[in-house]
Amino acid sequence: MTLTQQRKLKTILVGLASWAVALLLFFPIFWMFITSFKTELQAISVPPQLFFEPTFENFSIVQERSDYLKHAWNSVVTSFGATILALIIAIPAAYSMAFFPGKKTKDILLWMLSTKMLPAVGVLVPIYILSRDYGLLDSKLGLVIIFTLMNLPIIVWMLFSYFKDLPKEILEAARMDGATPWDEMIKVVLPLSVGGIASTGLLSIVLCWNEAFWSLNLTASEAAPLTAMIASYSSPEGLFWAKLSAASTLACAPIVIFGWFCQKQLVQGLTFGAVK
Amino acid sequence: MKRSITRLLMAPSVILLLVWMIVPLSMTIYFSTINYNLLYPGRNNFVGWMNFEFFVTDPGFWIAVSNTLILLGSVLVITVVLGVALSALIDKPFFGRNIVRVLLISPFFIMPTVNALIWKNMMMNPVYGIFAWISNSLGLEPIDWLSNYPLMSIIIMVSWQWLPFAILVFVTALQSQDTEQKEAAQMDGANGWHIFRYLTVPHLARPIAVVVMIETIFLLAVFAEIYVSTGGGPGYDSTNLAYLIYNQALLQYDVGVASAGGLFAVLLANIVAFFLIRAVGKNLTV
Repeated sequence: MTLTQQRKLKTILVGLASWAVALLLFFPIFWMFITSFKTELQAISVPPQLFFEPTFENFSIVQERSDYLKHAWNSVVTSFGATILALIIAIPAAYSMAFFPGKKTKDILLWMLSTKMLPAVGVLVPIYILSRDYGLLDSKLGLVIIFTLMNLPIIVWMLFSYFKDLPKEILEAARMDGATPWDEMIKVVLPLSVGGIASTGLLSIVLCWNEAFWSLNLTASEAAPLTAMIASYSSPEGLFWAKLSAASTLACAPIVIFGWFCQKQLVQGLTFGAVK
Repeated sequence: MKRSITRLLMAPSVILLLVWMIVPLSMTIYFSTINYNLLYPGRNNFVGWMNFEFFVTDPGFWIAVSNTLILLGSVLVITVVLGVALSALIDKPFFGRNIVRVLLISPFFIMPTVNALIWKNMMMNPVYGIFAWISNSLGLEPIDWLSNYPLMSIIIMVSWQWLPFAILVFVTALQSQDTEQKEAAQMDGANGWHIFRYLTVPHLARPIAVVVMIETIFLLAVFAEIYVSTGGGPGYDSTNLAYLIYNQALLQYDVGVASAGGLFAVLLANIVAFFLIRAVGKNLTV
């Protein structure tokens, strides 16, 4: 065998191995997806059925039984609400740290990160009691406030690393023309970093959408987002796998597709720009 | 003048995070020293260390601590080792590489409650699950995963969720690896394993540190997977600290003991974080 043939063979083997692993890891999602088109009987048939006549019945039952649209709306409102609020709070902070760094800037950034290290369960009781006393239990506003604070450190970090990479000369030129820091931020920095802000926002939306600790503990029927709605299918009242799958597919599809398109930005966000 | 403006811009973030950290934490500390059960209001006398004693002598306490650490350690090892291996595997172009990448990272975007329910039912169910079907086809006795290996089941679910994250980070990091260096090594007769061991792995040191840090933040707080699949059981076999405290607070209404437990969780996270932040903080360029 010549060297090129050997190399070709190697590429084919690597490709086959990669495909095998990828299909294996993706299998649960694939199975959830196709189970959502089965009847309940087909869903639990042994041996598992791969080919069957698809039905769309489950989706309408999920909507009827657990009011999917209401919970989806809750997820949308809390994810987008918290993300927009967090961006508004974080942009000035990140801007000021990136362009006017002081001696303490690094410490402040690390301190912010350390607040993420505080396990949520350590403050579960007070947050629960405060929410109860201020009427924020089972309310979308309550979740928005918590999600905002939860993601604020990551958002500041991520924006900081974007702003830091902007060319300094542009700012200096603006300063020569007599712009104040505020003008600089609004008129120069923001337009230049639309891409960075957008991907920060995407990451925040994904994190909020999939958040489960606070949404399970602080919401009931009214404000429950999709993560909490799905949990109601865990009760052992029988094998409703087709409906469970339909609900799960509906809950995950938007964010999975979303994730496919912005994987790269998500890495930079979650690693605070330390991996490029 | 400029100084004050920049401080003003930072103020909202800093103040909010400070409040977010200090207010609930001091409340937790206060609650942990009083008798506070939601079922018996009005009897909130100071009890000193009693809640802590109560929590530590709870039969589930040490099991929960060790479960928390086993879960953290296992998932870290599984995701980092497999993550490095798989990202090295898909580093070079082959047929359909982009689709493979998309398939590999997808589990990361599945919400924890869905993750746990898919695995609990469609995969691990001892009668109708895929695993049971595979066992039967091979002539083996099907395993009742959630009853017999509850913690391992949780580890599988959580690893499945976080492996894509590791792959995503390592794949990104590998793209910045120096190909000339690799070619030079090849010319000198280094084989694939040597290149992987002496060039790729050192190159990944920093991404690995980052993955370990981020995953640790989330893994110490695993909750939803346990909540919807095993409910911490059987017994305390799959209860971690987060779940034990939840159990005290919202199922047994004992705020005092739950708060004491919360402080243990904070302490544990701080011990772990202390080493991590120091190790990783150096690697983060500011």
